[in-house]
Amino acid sequence: MGVRIKEFPNVFLELPSKGKKDLLRTMIRIRSFETRVEELFLAKRIPGFVHLYIGEEGIATGIMANLRKTDWITSTHRGHGHAIAKGAQMNRMMAELYGKRSGYCKGKGGSMHIADFSVGMLGANGVVGGGFSIAVGAGMTAWMKKTDQVAVCFFGDGASNRGTFHEALNMAAIWKLPVLFVNENNQYASTTPVSYGVSASRISDRAVGYGIDGYTIDGNNVVEVYNVAHTLIDRLRAGKGPILLECRTYRVKGHYVGDPEKYRTKEEVKKQIEENDPIQRYTSYLIEQSFLKPEEIDALWKEAKEEVEAAVRYAEEEPYPAPEEALEDLFGPEQEVWV
Amino acid sequence: MSILSFSEATLQAMIEEMERDPTVFVMGEDIARQGGIFGQFKGLPDRFPGRVLDTPISETAILGSALGAALTGLRPVADMHFADFISVAYDELVNQIAKNRYMFGGQANIPLVVRAPDGIVPGAAAQHSQSVEGWLMNIPGLIMVSPSSPATAKGLLKSAIRSNNPVIYFEHKVLYPQKGEVPDKEFLTPIGKAEVRRAGKDVTIVAYSIMVQKALEAAQNLSKEGIEVEIIDLLTIKPFDLETIVTSTRKTHRCVIAHEGVVHGGAGAEIASQVQQEAFYYLDAPILRVGTKNVPIPFSPPLLDFVAPKVANIEQAVKQVLYREGR
Repeated sequence: MGVRIKEFPNVFLELPSKGKKDLLRTMIRIRSFETRVEELFLAKRIPGFVHLYIGEEGIATGIMANLRKTDWITSTHRGHGHAIAKGAQMNRMMAELYGKRSGYCKGKGGSMHIADFSVGMLGANGVVGGGFSIAVGAGMTAWMKKTDQVAVCFFGDGASNRGTFHEALNMAAIWKLPVLFVNENNQYASTTPVSYGVSASRISDRAVGYGIDGYTIDGNNVVEVYNVAHTLIDRLRAGKGPILLECRTYRVKGHYVGDPEKYRTKEEVKKQIEENDPIQRYTSYLIEQSFLKPEEIDALWKEAKEEVEAAVRYAEEEPYPAPEEALEDLFGPEQEVWV
Repeated sequence: MSILSFSEATLQAMIEEMERDPTVFVMGEDIARQGGIFGQFKGLPDRFPGRVLDTPISETAILGSALGAALTGLRPVADMHFADFISVAYDELVNQIAKNRYMFGGQANIPLVVRAPDGIVPGAAAQHSQSVEGWLMNIPGLIMVSPSSPATAKGLLKSAIRSNNPVIYFEHKVLYPQKGEVPDKEFLTPIGKAEVRRAGKDVTIVAYSIMVQKALEAAQNLSKEGIEVEIIDLLTIKPFDLETIVTSTRKTHRCVIAHEGVVHGGAGAEIASQVQQEAFYYLDAPILRVGTKNVPIPFSPPLLDFVAPKVANIEQAVKQVLYREGR
């Protein structure tokens, strides 16, 4: 128990050329969406708060490429990337960020509460650590219905300090539920560095306390994320029980757009952008290995930009909800039991 | 009709609903091996293997995973052991379960029941005796019900399980062994509807859970003094049946609300506010509330006796609204 496989082979498993391109496409789509959202927020066209996934795209992309539409995920307040990678539509997500009626949550959720249940995206969560036990519950459904579906719970380094983490991992472990707990260790819980706020040197070490396997990998290497997730998710589907996977990454943007970022130096961020950008690293790899030509990569960026612009147009043209729609959707329909 | 105890009635409800719908399951602490601390789950795990789950002592994971299960196709019943422990999983209940449907724009229904044994048990003191509906009155998205008899215990639990929304089912611990008539034919007690337990012309008493029984006892004593009270068994605390209360109050011109929870900020405050709004010109006296005094439940018998609402307190409140007794 608690065995850690330190090195996963840094090669693809059973992924054809098209799959390799799809990974890049997903990362570029997330980056393009987030970059545009930042601009729109700063231009005051999007209200509220937004938390960007820029620099962390390799994790959602590498994990989700191994999931089926019928698998479930729970997300965080930094959830746009998870939604896109799980198959949510950009235009409906953008409409939600604008507070429009055709948004995923009819304007009731906004950025921190993005969800698309139709693709198994069970929701971003405004409460840090709120998703752990929801993912456990999804895992229980697979367990009790005896399907091979899996649930993936994304959470940050800060969330690993919540009591919910402990209860959820223990419960998933005793019932051997098919839940992959994916820690996105982006080095900062809002303003608090991991080195200060997390007692363990690796968050994955905490797996030992639950008698489950824990791994730490380079979350900015999508190849590694994909490969490891491939192996681990197969294990989940085979009923081997939950796993804790720590993906080391770096949040190159502020905690939220507008964060004064007094807790770190500009040099630190610059170094990460220049040397550890997951898209740049993967692009270089694909070109070095001659899997993709530069013009193909340019085409992916262009394609993503067009998709994002179409989403912005959609969001801007769609109507706001009528004020009284604020009173709808609290309760689901009832047949026989309500007066 | 059969004579069943309150806990047997809840067990029957569980059996019927689990037989009817294979997606219904129940989880909680000490429910499978022990059969529940009040025997309310006795024999259930043998009848439904794999669908009655003992959990670790992990209230946040119990309610959170119940939500996850509800969102993905099951109908969980989560037992809280004691209603007091809802506070441990408060975030799961108020920020996750109550808000999920609304904040995601109605994408999913949440057919989820939280069973919450509540109420004063002598000697159980501050953390095992509370009535906590007041904690949740202020949270949109939750339904709260509380039966007063074996029949309503069965009917309300069945309705709660069939509801497509989160229902907190408050079951008073002292009521478990009490027996009463339960119809043999299948029935549901509707959510959102109060029942008039006793007709009377002088004062309306709104009560739920064990306080219905105390109100009935008070009514007998008061009747000897020529006072006839009308007793409304609320059954659903939220959303409560305002119409039935208002209709009765317009008739009697006086209203007393009795619950075991702390008076200050309790469910009775909201009921009183809404009733006075709808029946102000019919009222001949201020609406009075009977409940626990504004302290935690104490241990020592004389202390408990002093703070807990009793039959005599109801009688006194009734006389006050009739101006038969000073405050």
